[in-house]
Amino acid sequence: MDMITIPAVNMTPILPEIFLSVLAMALLLINVFIPSGQKSYLGYISFVGVVAAGVLVGAGWGAPVESFSGSVVQDNFATFFKIIFLLSAGLAILISDQYMEREGCNHGELYPLILFTVVGMMLMAAGTDLMTIFLGLEVMSVALYVLAGFNRANLKSNEAGLKYFLLGSFSTGFLLYGMALTYGATGTTRIAKIAAIVGQMTVPSANIMLVAGMLLMLTGFAFKVAAAPFHMWTPDVYEGAPTPMTAFMSAGPKAAGFAALLRIFLVALPTLQVEWSQLLWVLAVLTMTVGNITALRQDNIKRMLAYSSIAHAGYALVGFAAGNGTGAAGILFYMLSYTFMNIGAFAVIILIGKKGEANGTVMDFAGLGFKQPALAVAMSVFLFSLAGIPPTAGFIGKFYLFSSAVQKGYIWLAVIGVLNSAASVYYYLRVMVYMYMKEPTEDFEWTRITPPIALSLLISVAGTLIPGIVPSVILQFAEQAVKLI
Amino acid sequence: MSNHLLSLTTFLPILGVLLLLFIPKDSKGVLRGVALAVTVVTFLVSLPILTGFQTNAEFQFLENVPWIAAGPFVMRYNVGIDGISLWLVILTTFIMPLAVLSTWTAVEEKVKEYMICLLLLETGMLGAFISLDLFLFYIFWEVMLIPMYFIIGIWGGKNKIYAAVKFFIYTMVGSLLMLVALIFLYFKGLDAGFSNFGLLQFFDLRLDPATQTWLFLAFALAFAIKVPMFPLHTWLPDAHTEAPTAGSVILAAILLKMGTYGYVRFALPLFPDAAHRFTPLIATLAVIGIIYAALVAMVQEDVKKLVAYSSVAHLGFVMLGVFAFNTQGITGGMLQMLNHGVSTGALFLIVGFIYERRHTRLITDFGGLSKQMPIFATIFMIVTLSSIGLPGTNGFVGEFLILLGSFESSLRWWAVVASSGVILSAVYMLWMFQRVMFGELDNPKNQTLSDLNAREIAIMLPLLALIFIMGVYPNPFIEKMDPAVQKLVAQTKPLGMSARQMPAMQMQGLPAGHPAIPGMAVPAVEQATPAVADPNEVK
Repeated sequence: MDMITIPAVNMTPILPEIFLSVLAMALLLINVFIPSGQKSYLGYISFVGVVAAGVLVGAGWGAPVESFSGSVVQDNFATFFKIIFLLSAGLAILISDQYMEREGCNHGELYPLILFTVVGMMLMAAGTDLMTIFLGLEVMSVALYVLAGFNRANLKSNEAGLKYFLLGSFSTGFLLYGMALTYGATGTTRIAKIAAIVGQMTVPSANIMLVAGMLLMLTGFAFKVAAAPFHMWTPDVYEGAPTPMTAFMSAGPKAAGFAALLRIFLVALPTLQVEWSQLLWVLAVLTMTVGNITALRQDNIKRMLAYSSIAHAGYALVGFAAGNGTGAAGILFYMLSYTFMNIGAFAVIILIGKKGEANGTVMDFAGLGFKQPALAVAMSVFLFSLAGIPPTAGFIGKFYLFSSAVQKGYIWLAVIGVLNSAASVYYYLRVMVYMYMKEPTEDFEWTRITPPIALSLLISVAGTLIPGIVPSVILQFAEQAVKLI
Repeated sequence: MSNHLLSLTTFLPILGVLLLLFIPKDSKGVLRGVALAVTVVTFLVSLPILTGFQTNAEFQFLENVPWIAAGPFVMRYNVGIDGISLWLVILTTFIMPLAVLSTWTAVEEKVKEYMICLLLLETGMLGAFISLDLFLFYIFWEVMLIPMYFIIGIWGGKNKIYAAVKFFIYTMVGSLLMLVALIFLYFKGLDAGFSNFGLLQFFDLRLDPATQTWLFLAFALAFAIKVPMFPLHTWLPDAHTEAPTAGSVILAAILLKMGTYGYVRFALPLFPDAAHRFTPLIATLAVIGIIYAALVAMVQEDVKKLVAYSSVAHLGFVMLGVFAFNTQGITGGMLQMLNHGVSTGALFLIVGFIYERRHTRLITDFGGLSKQMPIFATIFMIVTLSSIGLPGTNGFVGEFLILLGSFESSLRWWAVVASSGVILSAVYMLWMFQRVMFGELDNPKNQTLSDLNAREIAIMLPLLALIFIMGVYPNPFIEKMDPAVQKLVAQTKPLGMSARQMPAMQMQGLPAGHPAIPGMAVPAVEQATPAVADPNEVK
């Protein structure tokens, strides 16, 4: 029998992934021995694990290192995104505990599932082969389907899980089909090789199979980042999923989708940029507008933030449509800022909420401003940042994204973007109107803030304000990260 | 001259905010005292700026340190003032202590948050006036919105939420479009070899007319909303009516100046050709604003709303003067900005005084107050006359220069129509004064009203003094701003003007000290008028 020769493999690029996978599996085992009331300890362990993984990831900043015959790479682009994923996971873990206790579903499996999601996302960002990216996406998605339906006793959560699973698998089909067609057109799944082969084509846009493959991949990823018109699942899933998981889903996986999109389109298909940037132009306008217009009418705050997250995907698509270095760096910066401000906002929602997902409307914020000033100030910071008002990270991010469009010459795209931004101010302000300008209801209860949530709020506020005032360092990291692609 | 006076003045209120955070919310007296102390200290700190200011056209008290550098962008903390922004900075620091004092007893709820908002607002406004970096300016411009939004929305009247949200969204729409224009301008600058957002270099960048047109429109819209110009003024009466007294005072005295200052500092010198092209349109809107607002003011039943509409009319005059593009017009416009700050600020304070006593602002609820409140009546009368522009008060000098300047420019006919606005303002102000202060003191609720107390008189005295000083001896004010105004006139000369016509244009600039001698400028008129009219004919 012939021996399969295993090539020498450099494990360092996927060290963080290995570490997190092992940790997650270990946690599944440890979970068995931990009594049901004390599952929080698993959360603490996984938080420490996430921080440790962050150190491992951060150590990889610098020159790119390839491995597994060029199907995975450790480069600054991947590193930047991995930090975003770890931040979103870390913050999600911090805000999970109190919520899960309240809803009575603090099962130990939660934390390993979050870690598996992170592993999947990391592979998506680090993958330089369509197959690696696909595997990463599947690992992420399967874990997410479970997380969305994690609150078994709650019908809406079940609905969210099932809906996400059905529509998600459907979109995965599109994606895979697209990858298959691309393989058919180029004969390879390696991103660098695709780029070389497409670069040699005289008229790449005349290659129907390639173009169809590109379109289908775009569709698949558009679903994952919740871009209109593939956004229909978002409101229901975001509303139904347990709040910490909604926060997580809206930040990490969305960023992962953009990571894969950027790498595939900017590295593998730059020769088709004229075609796809026009498409993305339309997609961006549609996504921003649908998200913002629909969000205007929402009373349920999770639903409102779900639509707003669609709009935010639209802002990021503006940078993508521009397709230049500024746009790519803008997306990186924006995804990082969005992680802080959105998870922060969800943390406040968790604190306002009551058992059984009660108190989930904008009206329930009435009077918060003077009953719990610190919490309200934090929420205001997040909302101002989401609305893109200085001095917050959200403003700098939007400034960067819209600038990339102007730089590219897409003035109208930038104009539509800012007008959308102005419309979004209305629904973010509405929450503030309730917090500061309406009287609290009779049965206003002082919210108990546990240390983990307090920590997450602190991190989120700092992560929203500091890059808003002195953004240089992070922007420079983002610029360096996109230099390679 | 290089020191950190500007930064110190601008960020002192932020230090005050940090101080306030540590004061328990129940010690209202301490909170008020600290806020007052901080604003007074800020004013005192700003005085050396005034005394140290050299009367020339250069920007002074410059500070320029790196701030953001990433990708294609370089933003710097670049601040400085010239004769134009100098007075607005001083006006701001001067008005703020009065604003704090004005709601000493009127705001009883949430005093801590209120004072924090006022101080944050002060930093935002000062920052916008001193910024010489386009990006920095935009940041301050937007940051200002937040505290003002809360001031109207939390401490406002019945319809406060509507007014606050309207104020915010109107301003947002305009400023976001300006942001796109600003980014576009920056990339144009990069093409021309610039390396950062520094404002002054962009003055030399003469863009092609089509580009100028679009950029000017975006900037002009943002500023027009803030001024506010007809027909974008509808947020103002709402905001003024609902805001607490201090909010109205600051809004009228300083925030509205952001708009006109924006034209003077940014829209005109950055896009002079486009500005000339749109002069007829803007002047028309300004004149419509003057007449329309005056007519609407006449039929108001609410004193505060009446004053709000009078603001729209006054700002119309400022716009007319600025768009005359000559020294008298722009000097008049700048002066009128200060005058409006003083007079209308004072009017809102006065409205605040009676509202605090009677909790109504309807004209019909009053009548004969002069018998009950003689001190109040005297002060009110002086302020009313200053608002009308009676010679001897500050209002006269500004309005006169504006009408003179615009009459001598291509806007002659606009000036003629606008003059009727002066008469109309006398009609609505005096009629209102008559109905409120004279007649029978027949309403029993008015028969027990107390006259102004010491605090209220103390608030009004500095304003009254300024009304007379600026009315009788405006030279120090004009002298300081004159070189900057001359420079602006030179910067904004239309493209088609030949070198021979230039000196004539500059001659029109009056030597400092003789601002209001109409005869002086007459010889220059014949030469200057066709030159200014040039771009309109091209169109």
